[in-house]
Amino acid sequence: MTPLLQIRGLEAEVAGRKILNGLDLTVNEGEIHAIMGPNGAGKSTLSHVLAGKPGYEITGGEVLFRGEDLLAMAPDERAAKGVFLAFQYPIEIPGVATLTFLRTALNAQRKKRGEEELSSPDLLKRVREIAKKLGVDPEMLRRPLNVGFSGGEKKRNETLQMALLEPRLCILDETDSGLDIDALKVVANGVNALRAPERGMIVITHYQRLLDYIVPDIVHVLAAGRIVRTGAKELALELEATGYAQYQGEAA
Amino acid sequence: MNVHARPAKTAAELALAGVYRDARSALPGGTAVAAQRNAAFEAFSGTGLPGSRLESWKYTDLRRLMADALPLAPPPDAATRAAQAKTSGGPLAGLGLRRLVIIDGALDLAHSDLADLEPGLAVRAMAEVLASDEPLLTLGGSASVTNPTLALNAALAADGVVLSIAPGAVIARPIHLAFVNTGARVAAYTRSRVVVGADAMVALVESHEGPDGAQYQVNTALELVVGDGARVDHVKVTREGNAALHVGALLAEVGARTSFTTLGFTVGGALIRNDLAIRLAGEATVAAIRGVSLLAGTQHADTSLTVDHAAPGGQSRELFKTVVDDRARAVFQGRINVRQPAQQTDAKMMVRALLLSDDARADSKPELEIFADDVQCGHGSTVGPMDEQLKFYLLARGIPEQQAKALLIQAFAAEAVETVAHEGLREVLSDATARWVQER
Ligand SMILES: Nc1ncnc2c1ncn2[C@@H]1O[C@H](COP(=O)(O)OP(=O)(O)OP(=O)(O)O)[C@@H](O)[C@H]1O
Ligand SMILES: [Mg+2]
Repeated sequence: MTPLLQIRGLEAEVAGRKILNGLDLTVNEGEIHAIMGPNGAGKSTLSHVLAGKPGYEITGGEVLFRGEDLLAMAPDERAAKGVFLAFQYPIEIPGVATLTFLRTALNAQRKKRGEEELSSPDLLKRVREIAKKLGVDPEMLRRPLNVGFSGGEKKRNETLQMALLEPRLCILDETDSGLDIDALKVVANGVNALRAPERGMIVITHYQRLLDYIVPDIVHVLAAGRIVRTGAKELALELEATGYAQYQGEAA
Repeated sequence: MNVHARPAKTAAELALAGVYRDARSALPGGTAVAAQRNAAFEAFSGTGLPGSRLESWKYTDLRRLMADALPLAPPPDAATRAAQAKTSGGPLAGLGLRRLVIIDGALDLAHSDLADLEPGLAVRAMAEVLASDEPLLTLGGSASVTNPTLALNAALAADGVVLSIAPGAVIARPIHLAFVNTGARVAAYTRSRVVVGADAMVALVESHEGPDGAQYQVNTALELVVGDGARVDHVKVTREGNAALHVGALLAEVGARTSFTTLGFTVGGALIRNDLAIRLAGEATVAAIRGVSLLAGTQHADTSLTVDHAAPGGQSRELFKTVVDDRARAVFQGRINVRQPAQQTDAKMMVRALLLSDDARADSKPELEIFADDVQCGHGSTVGPMDEQLKFYLLARGIPEQQAKALLIQAFAAEAVETVAHEGLREVLSDATARWVQER
């Protein structure tokens, strides 16, 4: 079976500095992968490169998404094909109402896939349902996207978008940071609800606690721009105890 | 040799002298008004067309840009008037506002909506007011009043609308001054005056429009006197034809404890200059002064603003948003003066220009001049291309590039457009922005 995501020997630079250093990673449908690793290791860089953020130069390797060359696609095309990144730092977009944004995004994706657009009332209904599950105040939907949202609200909003857009590959970049304990459970439940045989997830986190709720199939350590260790979910517990000292400098 | 000799008159300046000479005897007014016109034209002759030597016209060298001065438009014929009466104001016409139509510089009372005038609202033609030899009111105090183009307006204004709103009157239906230009190679000079009594309430919309491809010139001024405790919302939509020259002025004198808002929405015209001189003369007045300009092609649009805080406890917010595409050029000059008595003034000016092409240009010059010591004032200005981070966020959610840009341009303008209190008007302006974005 073709893997959902296959990364081979990925190298990427930003501002002339090599950040990803021959990274390999394979995610199959239905799998949840956790990526942990020290600050500055390149976790967000990996997520940005997968989403197609400008400013990164790919200097080596390849990325196949369901067998297709992901790096050759424009960011919006990647999204329409089912790649979703929940940002570590979601940005504020003044002047664009959250609901307008959600409608535009969903219908743009549906259109690109040759599906019918969702009517406004249907969309509103779906968004409301999801908002309720994730404990998002419906009032927030009228506000400009992320503007003035608290750190936790922004993360919930990312999760809401993910639930609405139903991607094939979910990349969660520290979605747990900024969430209080209750919110963490709510968001984790939302993410778990998305678990499906055809969907894969990459969960980037610093904390074992998230992985108590979103239980991964595989845990990786990313250090100095590559995956330096891969193990079962128990690896996360081990890392919590030992830290990353043993991996520092390994890939340099 | 006289070293102070003015440069030789330009073709347009010579033509203006001819225009004034030919029109003078037919312009409305008795001896007092005629004397005022002569004095105004003389003042204009002394300075000539404003150009880059004048600080206030530094970025808009009208002397160079105005190649010719066109004769006054003849009065529109009946067929033109009837036709224009239906369409003038464009999408604004559908809002049920009280529309007063000014065609080629002449107020057309027959085609204006004068039905069921609210008590306390009086509408007159400026031509009639001038004919009765009431002098043109020219508000003092602001530097812009000595503007050469305003002097020209005083000399040549033939008509306009004069509104008076009695103290305490609440005018429920917004009043729409629909200025329409139909001709080519003609000019329209209009002067309007609105006096709002104490504690009265009114919303006022001006729209200025004309055919694309026609070279015509507009010089229009609105004097606004706002009494104490009044509430006035003003919107000016400049959507002249793409070959038009539009020079406009808003001169406002605002009383104590009033709420005053104005929004300039500029999309049309080849060369546009809007002067705003707003004096907050009374204490504790709250003013919001905003503008949105959407410029493309080779348009040049200049907004020059002076806000005078003359009394204590006033608050003003200035917000100007400009989107510049192609080879267009935007100019913003804004000065907030806080006079010595105006303690506890709270004034904040923000000017932002979004450049959509490498050849687009925006100049902005916000200034503060403060003579009071207990004030809170600030200004900021940004000019730059679209934020790639914002755009990427939208792309990452599957929104295609063109649509993402359109959304962000609209969002950029929305900050100002969405402040319009009247819902229908807000929608019309928001739709106009969307249309502009789609057509670019
Ligand atoms: N625009 C940039 N210019 C220069 N260096 C950059 C830029 N963006 C990222 N980097 C560097 O790349 C490295 C990897 O950053 P990245 O954000 O991917 O780390 P991370 O693993 O996500 O860290 P954290 O756990 O703190 O989120 C860091 O050293 C960072 O400083
Ligand atoms: Mg990171």
